[in-house]
Amino acid sequence: MFGYYLDLALRSFRRNRVLTALMVLALGLGIGASITTLTVLKLLSGDPLPQKSTRLFTAEIDPLPAKGYVPGQSKPPWGNLMPYVDAMSLLRAHKAERQAVMALTQAKVTPARTGEHPFFSDAVMTTADFFAMFDAPFEYGSGWNAQDDDDRARVAVIAGFLNDKLFGGKDSVGQVIRINDHDYRIAGVLKDWSPQPRFYAVDLGGRSYGDGDGVFLPLQSARTDGMDPENVSCWETADIAHLETAPCVFVSLWVELAHASDATAYRTFLSNYVQQQISLGRFHRPEVAFPGLMEFLALEQVVPDDARLQTGLAFGFLLICIVNTVGLLLAKCLRRSREIGVRRALGATRRTIFAQFMVESGMVGIAGGLLGLVFAELGLWAIRHQPAQYAKLAHLDVSMFIVTFVIALIASLIAGLLPAWRACVVAPAPQLKSV
Amino acid sequence: MQIQPILAALRKHRLATVLIAMEIALACAVLCNACSMIASRLSAMHIDSGVDEASLGFIALQGFDPKTANDLNARVVSGLRAISGVQSVHVINSVPFGPQAGATGITLDQAGKQFRGVPEFYVGDPGTPEALGLQLVAGRMPAADDYQPVKNFVPASSRVLITRTLAEHLWPGENALGKEFWTGPFHFRVIGVVANLSVQQYDEEGEQGAQWTVFAPGLPGPQLAGTYLIRANPQDLDRVMTEAKAAIARIAPDAVLDYEWSDTLPALRTKFFRTDRAMTGLLVGVIVALLGVTAFGIVGLASFWVAQRRKQIGIRRALGATRADILRYFQTENFLIVSFGIVLGIVLAIGINLALMKWFEVSRLPLWYLPVGALVLWGLGQLAVLAPALRAAAVPPVVATRSV
Repeated sequence: MFGYYLDLALRSFRRNRVLTALMVLALGLGIGASITTLTVLKLLSGDPLPQKSTRLFTAEIDPLPAKGYVPGQSKPPWGNLMPYVDAMSLLRAHKAERQAVMALTQAKVTPARTGEHPFFSDAVMTTADFFAMFDAPFEYGSGWNAQDDDDRARVAVIAGFLNDKLFGGKDSVGQVIRINDHDYRIAGVLKDWSPQPRFYAVDLGGRSYGDGDGVFLPLQSARTDGMDPENVSCWETADIAHLETAPCVFVSLWVELAHASDATAYRTFLSNYVQQQISLGRFHRPEVAFPGLMEFLALEQVVPDDARLQTGLAFGFLLICIVNTVGLLLAKCLRRSREIGVRRALGATRRTIFAQFMVESGMVGIAGGLLGLVFAELGLWAIRHQPAQYAKLAHLDVSMFIVTFVIALIASLIAGLLPAWRACVVAPAPQLKSV
Repeated sequence: MQIQPILAALRKHRLATVLIAMEIALACAVLCNACSMIASRLSAMHIDSGVDEASLGFIALQGFDPKTANDLNARVVSGLRAISGVQSVHVINSVPFGPQAGATGITLDQAGKQFRGVPEFYVGDPGTPEALGLQLVAGRMPAADDYQPVKNFVPASSRVLITRTLAEHLWPGENALGKEFWTGPFHFRVIGVVANLSVQQYDEEGEQGAQWTVFAPGLPGPQLAGTYLIRANPQDLDRVMTEAKAAIARIAPDAVLDYEWSDTLPALRTKFFRTDRAMTGLLVGVIVALLGVTAFGIVGLASFWVAQRRKQIGIRRALGATRADILRYFQTENFLIVSFGIVLGIVLAIGINLALMKWFEVSRLPLWYLPVGALVLWGLGQLAVLAPALRAAAVPPVVATRSV
């Protein structure tokens, strides 16, 4: 029966070529636009570390003075940025499986070969656990250890792309790299690693998407060598030459728990720490937050408004295309009242008429989906040439490919419901009379 | 034209009528909101920076030792001046569309009680306001003895220029000249008011206005170094900037040229509004596709109706209706359906706008967009129905006598 319906549908398309082409084109445009924006949105709101994002948390505290404090309403003002002193105290408490303190900076890298100019590379100043905690994969060597942190050792981990640029991609562990006019020994080289979004950079003043960082240095060594954090906020007039003791925030703390359920215990620990600081007179506000990775990304509204607006617009457009298809399918189907009347008179049940018309609209949907796929590829190609940070990452993946067809089929079946219902309620007798 | 028979006919095709009306309503809602978004982005892109952009370039250096700042400033300024076509070189902390150099909260009293927002600060060496081309509207430009050493990011006590917009914000209806304000221990006295000087990085979501800026006269030193303003004739500017960037490697081999920010002001402006331009292009694309789909939908349905009513049209023609009558019938029918859709669409447009305002940084839909959107859709409907209506008018009266 299905084959027969397909044949009937093809005949009907052949009879109204222009109308069919219009339907497929409109549906294809709508689906193409929706899939393009949905791909971008999925890319932007993705999970940067799916294997352990439920066990990664960041701590937020409120170091502001008592002035202007509204109990229960005031929130930590700078996301997960916190003063250096508190981040290091929490780090040294070792209450989590792994923990790291971090800040971003610009590292001036001077190539060893003479005649090449120094350049700046995005850098992370952090502590030993960073690599294991965030599952950063090593090509050569490894990270540094906690002893190196305390000794302010001049060791560095560099990204693969920087290793390619400076050492031609060879194993450079043990070599020297000149950063901010100091010699650092390379401890490890990372494979390509750039979680999207770059969650740890969100509040630290870095880009949220795009290429990963080039250089990773022990926080205290880098600070000793005069590297300044990208994002500094102070709540009082501060001596920014001595940031570590100034009333300023510039680092953040991330922790990895053994189980997601340990979060309550850590939150209590954090809360107790803040209470203790309040009793010492350093802090005045007891509010703390301990969001997990995905919750943190949602709180910080990492996904740009433009991307969400574009998706809304595309689905509005798809809706218009569906309404358009409903109208055109309806027109086609009413025109065939006679054909339906004959089929009904010859014994076709309402159910078979309904099935016939749903097969027809399903075929329009699949054709629209195929065309939509072409439009989506075109749209993503256009996105890749946009100036956004995430532009280079916009590619259609397999799941989106499937989503395209599911959306197309659902859209066309919804569009087909009304005409098919109208077709199956056609009374056969009056249609036969005028033949 | 009698509307009664048209309405009667439409009542028999309720479903199709409602579908077209719905399509028009959705199109109207999206059209009005998309146009309003385009307009607000275009107006942001035409912000008046208040400086002679076409004659100005900016050079930013990084990675030098702060101890050598005075030496670096001297080397760079004299080195860049030597390039042919350069009119002047100044040490300045930033330029409009340049890197953010200093925004801080200000108060109208020394105790820090009367907070009045967060303007951005420009600091430049002697002659900078003239080189920027600032338009003085009251008071005077800084004199030689107004330029003082920079401490932290501004001089400890400075005599400053502020924009008209900031003056009006701080002291509404008063004369701003001679007035004072503070930020922490830093003290400022207004000596002049300029027409415009836009902020470095304008952020629509930010707290500060686009023209809330202060120019503080300063002397180059460790706290004012590494960022330079070049003035040249507009026709020489591109060449001068290329030569200046090349010259930096020779003049200051110890520093790193910041390629991102070292550019002409027109180029910095273009870069700054890149995403806005891309979004505007996308919105225009959506509007075009939307109107196209709507128009084709109307063409499709109208053609179907014409085909379905060939017999009736023939009978009407046989009974004495002229071609013009038939044409007008379909045009009026389309007008009625589109009007119905527009009424729905206006309600929908306002609803969508309110929702967008709640969730996104979208401004209120100007009401005059609604009648304009309505006119566009009426026009579109009439255009789309024209071809099928003409085909209907061409139906000969003899059709009435056939195949009955």
